[in-house]
Amino acid sequence: MRTSLPEAIADLVHDGDTVALEGFTHLIPVAAGQEIIRQRRRDLTLVRMTPDIVYDQLIGAGCARKLIFSWGGNPGVGSLHRFREAVERGELEIEEHSHAGMANRYVAAASNLPFAVLRGYTGTSLPEQTDTIKPITCPFTGETLTAVPALDLDVGIIHAQRADTQGNVQLWGQVGVQKETVLGAKRSLVTVEEIVDELTPLPYAVVLPRWVVTRVALVPGGAKPSYAQDYYERDNDAYRAWDATSRDPEAFARWLETL
Amino acid sequence: MTADYTADEMMSVAAARALHDVRSCFVGIGLPSTGANLARRTLNPDLVLVYEAGAIGAKPPRLPLSIGDGMLGETADAVVGVPEIFNYWVQPGRIEVGFLGAAQIDRFANINTTVIGAYDHPKVRLPGAGGAPEIAASCGEVIVIVRQTPRALVERVDFVTSVGNGPRDRAALGLRGKGPTKVITDLGILEPDATTRELVLTHVHPGVTAEQAIEATGWPLRVAGPQTTEPPTAAELHALRELT
Repeated sequence: MRTSLPEAIADLVHDGDTVALEGFTHLIPVAAGQEIIRQRRRDLTLVRMTPDIVYDQLIGAGCARKLIFSWGGNPGVGSLHRFREAVERGELEIEEHSHAGMANRYVAAASNLPFAVLRGYTGTSLPEQTDTIKPITCPFTGETLTAVPALDLDVGIIHAQRADTQGNVQLWGQVGVQKETVLGAKRSLVTVEEIVDELTPLPYAVVLPRWVVTRVALVPGGAKPSYAQDYYERDNDAYRAWDATSRDPEAFARWLETL
Repeated sequence: MTADYTADEMMSVAAARALHDVRSCFVGIGLPSTGANLARRTLNPDLVLVYEAGAIGAKPPRLPLSIGDGMLGETADAVVGVPEIFNYWVQPGRIEVGFLGAAQIDRFANINTTVIGAYDHPKVRLPGAGGAPEIAASCGEVIVIVRQTPRALVERVDFVTSVGNGPRDRAALGLRGKGPTKVITDLGILEPDATTRELVLTHVHPGVTAEQAIEATGWPLRVAGPQTTEPPTAAELHALRELT
């Protein structure tokens, strides 16, 4: 169903929910995340492989109780300082995985399976800290592998290039875990760059049919400062500039007031 | 060190040379990406660069700032989703070399990119694992690139994000790749001793002494040789400077 972004967030995201906003560098749903901040959601369990600027903002704004993730940094720049400070002060609960483990947790969620199996984590310190990483014996070969549980997502939010007037969604380029995020969540929101009469086929495109998407909202530029292939480039200067805002709590507070 | 190039440039050139006969390389962002892209522009134009956001065979015209920059996908032979890149490409050992950076690395080449200090009360919270644990486990071998200081090269890492060559045996853990075979730094190259698996200094870069490398290491670094790295050629420096 097509709606506005504020209505979609009001309808779909509730205090205490487990929410994933995905997009691996590309098509990050930044506008949707900032709308969650504006609507002052609290106690969220935020899920994302690569917490990025928008997760730094959500954490700094006090929306998150817990973060499930695999890499939290500002790529090529350095730390996410609101995230880092919250963890160093013990103010944010974390559940930490590797990318392979997180990707498989999304796949299990989309597949409606209780867990996924992979060769991973063996010999690392991660299983000592994260109780959602367990050994499992293959019933066929006896080999010890690693199991990770399906993510239990109330809401999955992604940004896509476009949807048609019926609400079918199309995204392309590097598509990360976005399909799994929508299929693995109880409720989903897709923000899009544009609404077209008809979706034309494209190489590597993912199509999410309208009946698996709860809400579609037209939000041109909704992935900035990340990028939307064939619409706009990644604003690397904005990522670099975020470092100073994020580093200084007062600068961050001023930024939050302008949101 | 002459004034013609910096220690970082020597490190990137040494990294590129380490990939001269490699078919495919899983590329971490930052220093590994610089070395791998330089290799493709100098000694190994056919090198297949694989990035974790899903680009296989990326040919970026300049260095990407992030692991999923648009130019990686737009220039790639194939673009796949993130579950596929790990499950179909990394996990079966299809990628020859995993090229990783490190915040800390220990004498057995275990890598830490998670926390400095205790996990529950970290002195410094680092970004975390990303793709590294499974890259280090399953790629044919691992090359690490890191600036050599006593804070980075430590006796024992505070957290094992990615498994190196010991003290536990990789095969006994069920890890299929060979593990780290080279650690390239701004001072030289360290390689695991065939028997003890401990990293030893095998090369120093021109103008660097073994003593300097030992002082910049947090454990009593053993020395084998060391040979002196060939300085960067004009062509290597030109290609590197065009890239950065």
